Amino acid sequence: MNFPILSSLILLPSIGAFFIFFVKSSNKIYQASKYLALFIALANFLISIYLWLIFDNSTSEFQFVENKIWIKNFINYKVGVDGISILFIILTTFIATLCIIAVNSSISYRLKDFLIAILLMESLMIGVFCSLDLVIFYLFFEGGLIPMFLIIGIWGGERRVYSAFKFFLYTLLGSVLMLIAIISIYWISGTTDIEKLYAIGIETKYQNLLWLAFFSSFAVKTPMWPVHTWLPDAHVEAPTAGSVLLAAILLKMAGYGFIRFSLGLFPFASQYFVPLIYVLSLVAIIYTSLVALMQQDMKKLIAYSSVAHMGFVTLGIFTMTQQGVEGSIFQMISHGLISSALFLCVGVVYERMHTRIINEYGGLVSVMPKYSILFMVFTLGAIGLPGTSGFIGEFLILLGAFKKNFLVAIIASLGVILGAAYMLWMYKRIVFGKIINENIKKIPDLKKSELLILICLAFPVLFFGFYPEPLVNTMEISIENLLEIYNSNTVFDQTKIYND
Amino acid sequence: MIDINYILPEIFISISLMFFLIIGVFKKNSSLLVYNFSIISLILLLALLINLSSTTNASLFGSSYIIDNLANFMKIILVASGIFVLLVSSKYLKLTNIFKIEYPVLILSSMLGMMVMISSNDLIVFYMGLELQSLALYVLASFNRENLLSSESGLKYFVLSALSSGILLYGCSLIYGFSGSTNYNLIAQNILHTDYGFTFGIVFILVGLAFKISAVPFHMWAPDVYQGSPTSVTIFFAILPKIAALTVFIRFLYVPFINMIEHWQMIIVFLSIASMIFGAIAAIGQNNLKRLVAYSSIGHMGYALAGISVGTNEGIQSSIIYIFIYLVMNLAFFSCLFMLRRGDKYFEKIEDLSGISKNHPILALSLLLTLFSLAGIPPLAGFFAKFYIFLAVIEKQMYFLALIGLLSSVVAAFYYLRIIKIMYFDEEKDKYDTDHNLGLKVSLIISTIFILLYFIYQGPLIEVINKINLI
Repeated sequence: MNFPILSSLILLPSIGAFFIFFVKSSNKIYQASKYLALFIALANFLISIYLWLIFDNSTSEFQFVENKIWIKNFINYKVGVDGISILFIILTTFIATLCIIAVNSSISYRLKDFLIAILLMESLMIGVFCSLDLVIFYLFFEGGLIPMFLIIGIWGGERRVYSAFKFFLYTLLGSVLMLIAIISIYWISGTTDIEKLYAIGIETKYQNLLWLAFFSSFAVKTPMWPVHTWLPDAHVEAPTAGSVLLAAILLKMAGYGFIRFSLGLFPFASQYFVPLIYVLSLVAIIYTSLVALMQQDMKKLIAYSSVAHMGFVTLGIFTMTQQGVEGSIFQMISHGLISSALFLCVGVVYERMHTRIINEYGGLVSVMPKYSILFMVFTLGAIGLPGTSGFIGEFLILLGAFKKNFLVAIIASLGVILGAAYMLWMYKRIVFGKIINENIKKIPDLKKSELLILICLAFPVLFFGFYPEPLVNTMEISIENLLEIYNSNTVFDQTKIYND
Repeated sequence: MIDINYILPEIFISISLMFFLIIGVFKKNSSLLVYNFSIISLILLLALLINLSSTTNASLFGSSYIIDNLANFMKIILVASGIFVLLVSSKYLKLTNIFKIEYPVLILSSMLGMMVMISSNDLIVFYMGLELQSLALYVLASFNRENLLSSESGLKYFVLSALSSGILLYGCSLIYGFSGSTNYNLIAQNILHTDYGFTFGIVFILVGLAFKISAVPFHMWAPDVYQGSPTSVTIFFAILPKIAALTVFIRFLYVPFINMIEHWQMIIVFLSIASMIFGAIAAIGQNNLKRLVAYSSIGHMGYALAGISVGTNEGIQSSIIYIFIYLVMNLAFFSCLFMLRRGDKYFEKIEDLSGISKNHPILALSLLLTLFSLAGIPPLAGFFAKFYIFLAVIEKQMYFLALIGLLSSVVAAFYYLRIIKIMYFDEEKDKYDTDHNLGLKVSLIISTIFILLYFIYQGPLIEVINKINLI
């Protein structure tokens, strides 16, 4: 029996949270709780990197699998990773570590509780990405609502209560249908084990309804147009670290779910619903880009840009081509890095100026040169300029789309232009121009910790922009395998229908 | 020859409650003594029951009284929750000046009635148990007789409950008339499917039972009685009668009338759907925590009924798991409620919870977990309660029921979230007293740990409940 490395990844942050809960809240030890949290998150990050190093690229099998009886004759606790999920795990541990570093200045009160919430989130999100059983997946997927609700509600802005409720109820409503679907799958196929379900498949006559039930949950979480409205609210009101977690990882759970479940379990239904996804994705890309153009609030603008980027992701996944799916995963990773960096950038100036309205800024370049450079990197990354990781993702997705449908690809490409428009315009209004607001002259440039976080994020954005091989190599075989299963199933099903 | 060993628990509890009455009459100021004695006797009773549950099944008195896995399990959780109810409420009784010897005696006699109900396999025996428990409950509801609300709630409960008992009795007489017997087994043998007399009888009896568990549309009494009664009685109302009535529900529907499932299934489904929706929506506007619990328990009974409506062993088992987890959650909730106290004044408004997460972090965390669990958010225990219900419901392809249930659970989540919002997002007020007695602390800790960690190791409970088979 090997060392249960995945379980320890899941458990470690929870155990840390447990200890932090019992730290007395006197000031000296208060700081200690932060270092403890940081230590745990860092350790978790290193473990996940180690996991990546010993991960075997040459097989599409699930690795590091742990399988234990949880409820007799019913559900097994089963976790494992393949080339797709391991990347998300590393993203999670990386972002969670940065969140804890970013905490010190933005959270002025109840630091301890905040650290606990973030560590619990980390546990649950790692659990989502490595669970190989539908029920276990659902537990982690839904469990994440509790800490996120508290993060938005306790440490959020003025309309935090409204946003927290909206976030919670929207996502809960989407997910209950998925629960019905999961139970139905259990009665139809006799198991909720994902590997077994891949092997036996699900009868085609049930697939469409089940697909829709899963879709309702993932569409809310992605978020896809028209159920995206909770996202701008949640982002605007959440504290910086909360926005980062939300943008970088929570949204990716849905994209991951689409690949793992919609494509893997319901190939026939996925084929059937491709037009729906195309239309919703295109609306998301074009419409939310236009909405983003008109935003006055920086965080809202980035939130809408997230919706547009996730539109690319869903589009790429449902092209069902090697390039498209690879591009989607790449885009999710890169969006996780870039959007969290952008939210941190907004957080940096918000802390100094206490406003997020774009018009009140201008001319930051002369007072905050370091900030302006890093902000530039991430802006260009969000646009998808060659040389940043954003480019690789969008390029691969469009490549996949062109293979399948010319018109869709053309419309999606328009989104890239719009993306450049709103990002550059925002950058111009904030960083260049004359200083109108007198307060701006007094603000200091980046502090050491802020510089550290932003450089940590800028490095992978540029590195994977120039050299995407490590990521692509990791996921390539798993995606090939997934698409092979998918193609064989759909072809088989269609011939069966023609024969009938 | 009847083996007296099987009804030893019932005999034990009757003797001890008579004994306590005698103590109360002959010794002055003995309320503390009686209270402690009754807790001890309940613990002994629990030991007796656990000891008994390992023996084989038995049916006594011409099979009108049954000891089986269902009865044993339900009695054990009944007595265990009775112990906790007494443990958490002693300080409350003292501070509100209703610490009298009648209180534990009434609780015990009501529990005796419930135990008879749980084991009954005959309409007459069942009715006797029901009346014994109700009679004690009427008095308990109006126990704080100087309080207007308490007296009102006792009277209200008495009038409505007497009416429902009358209807129930009429149903019993119909069934007796058409089958020639009051014994469940004999009724089962004599059933004629075409006879609508049975259907009428079932409907009348279900009305009486639905009243006892406050299922919609027979729920009207619940909010007033919950609010008016002393809080220590409210927790009793919220937990124990539901265990007993649900057992009767299960036994009555599954032993004599399982073959008539097409006649009663729609009724139960209706009760269930109506309770789930009403419980979720009506609770939104409430400001009194006890009233809110009343509505939330109406909703929860809807889920438990959904499990019964399925007509399979899995359905029964899921209902039993539900009621078990429900009672633990209620215990945790009321323990928190008992802790909101300054001096000898207790608080029961939602606003009184404002910002307690700052001054009382552990209390707030326990309540937070309980509320999320009541809302059915994974990975807390409340989620699994609902999960098993829907597992059983979807097995029989009753998708409509499952859909309504899950959607109303989303609506219900809103009012639980509202309490959490007040606890965590709002400004704090003055501190509450923290000198709680040991029983209260222990029951809060045990129930919270159960709610939080149930998901890790649920094997034993499932195994015990899987032994309960009626079909």
